[in-house]
Amino acid sequence: MERRFQASAPPRNPSRLAFAAAGVAVFVAAASWVTLVDFRSALASLDIAGPSVDGCLVALGIIAIVIPLAPALKAIRRARLSRRNLELGDLIAARVEAAASRNSSSVAFGTAASQILVLLGILFLIANDLAVSRTFFYLPLMLDSLVLILKAFWINIYIFMIAEVLVLIWGLAVAIARLAPGPGGRPIRMIATFYVDLFRGLPAIVNVYLIGFGIPLTGLPILKDLSQESFAILALTLTSGAYVAEVYRAGIESIHWSQTAAARSLGLNHLQTLRYVIVPQGVRQIIPPLLNSFISLQKDTALVNVIGTIDAFNQSIIIASNHFNLSAVTTVAVIFFLITIPQARFVDRMIERDRQRMRAGAK
Amino acid sequence: MALIEIRDIHKRFGEHQVFSGLNLEVEEHQVVCLIGPSGCGKSTLLRCVNGLEEIDGGEIRIHDERITGPGVDVDALRRDVGIVFQAFNLFPHMTVLQNVMLAPMKVLRKSRHEAEQNAMALLTRIGLQHKASAYPDHLSGGQQQRVAIVRALAMGPMVLLLDEITSALDPELVSEVLNIVRDLAREGMTMLLATHEMGFAREVAAKICFLCEGTVHEEGAPEEIFGAPKKERTHAFLKRIIDAGRL
Repeated sequence: MERRFQASAPPRNPSRLAFAAAGVAVFVAAASWVTLVDFRSALASLDIAGPSVDGCLVALGIIAIVIPLAPALKAIRRARLSRRNLELGDLIAARVEAAASRNSSSVAFGTAASQILVLLGILFLIANDLAVSRTFFYLPLMLDSLVLILKAFWINIYIFMIAEVLVLIWGLAVAIARLAPGPGGRPIRMIATFYVDLFRGLPAIVNVYLIGFGIPLTGLPILKDLSQESFAILALTLTSGAYVAEVYRAGIESIHWSQTAAARSLGLNHLQTLRYVIVPQGVRQIIPPLLNSFISLQKDTALVNVIGTIDAFNQSIIIASNHFNLSAVTTVAVIFFLITIPQARFVDRMIERDRQRMRAGAK
Repeated sequence: MALIEIRDIHKRFGEHQVFSGLNLEVEEHQVVCLIGPSGCGKSTLLRCVNGLEEIDGGEIRIHDERITGPGVDVDALRRDVGIVFQAFNLFPHMTVLQNVMLAPMKVLRKSRHEAEQNAMALLTRIGLQHKASAYPDHLSGGQQQRVAIVRALAMGPMVLLLDEITSALDPELVSEVLNIVRDLAREGMTMLLATHEMGFAREVAAKICFLCEGTVHEEGAPEEIFGAPKKERTHAFLKRIIDAGRL
């Protein structure tokens, strides 16, 4: 019997998938339209209405219909073309069209699924006569309290800026202590390990509370007179330092031992080898996880409310209880969210620039 | 008296006995080549002379000074004994110039100006002055290895240890590295090198040592070892090299 090359079989019929995609697209388009009608009445209840609003909504509606339907229709059209080419005996063209049809179908499914999520979000916001929106996003209150919140947020910035600098130094010192060589280094290694275990295990909020309220009670000279912010900085540095020390250690240990061998063979001692060869390379490896730690630290500054510091979060709680509305707290959430994004992008660019400088082939 | 004296050294990695009573001497201004099957301890021996590995028994002396065992300042030892590695081990985050200047500045406490002048002079000598501000990853393997040699030379070592420095190179890049070693030999640099380049060993070495089973199995002038080896194992080893077309 003659052996047949399997790949020369005619393509599978893509029509059913294309029609399924069209069905889903029609459903999503209809659901979008209904949701927009609801949205329009919700806006009307806020006295936001008029021809320009309607115009915008109609435009949105058209977009919401076109986005899932266009790829679905394209899928059906390419499926037809595939069938026709098959009848004409052009196997290659039939295969190309079938593949294009399946591609368009998957695009239709993907956009429909994400559009449903967006619709659910809108429905959540306008449900129960705008209850969700009023509770979390009451714009007049958000605008009125914005300046107050921003001023209080300065405290958060102040705390995390100083704490980050201290953490960078302190974490490295702890990491180097954990890597102290020889029998003489053993007690140092043990203390450093104990510190890391302790402060990684201790909830940050408990640490802030203990230091913020405890140190003033001890009456220790100098320490007891520090400001509340300083206690917060101290507590957060100790907590974050434990994590960052581990990040540093991972970076240092990721550098191949041959680098240490090369540095030591040139006569550099242990600390010089770390300082000039290992740490500079290790730090490059850990910038992304270091940014993670920093973002954690920045968010943890909100914990200072347990010791009564008026930071942005505490300020927003006061506003929230005065107005029986959480919108000011949402403002704080948005601010925290907004400050992390540029940092992530900045670090990405920094890494890329460094890589281009050092790696071959990238000019 | 020999510059390097290796006396009856023993070393084991777990179950594996690397050296069992190995003896070797290197005279001043002499080039000695270590040959032998892989795993015979060529690299380990070089690393012991540089203090990167510790030995379990015996001793190594340089200038009649014991450099193994307790109480030795390995950092001081390494200032005078340079080593070049198979994989170059340049510092990838530093430029070529910074690689060469680092140790003279931090270990010998030379001024930046002096270290830079010396580094540039050395780089010029190997024809890589135009690569001074490039990073190692932008260099070919041969160029990287030449920089690694210069980095070791910048410390002004009395002895240079070369650990299979051409094994990681593409064949057409080998000669540019060997030419430098050849020049150094001509200038009288004392060198102990582990190599698989038998032709080069034959040309440049005053003494060839065949390492096998934890000792120097046979040693002698190149023409003796390569021409008329006395021991059976040496003969068998060289026959395999010749069969592979490498000699």
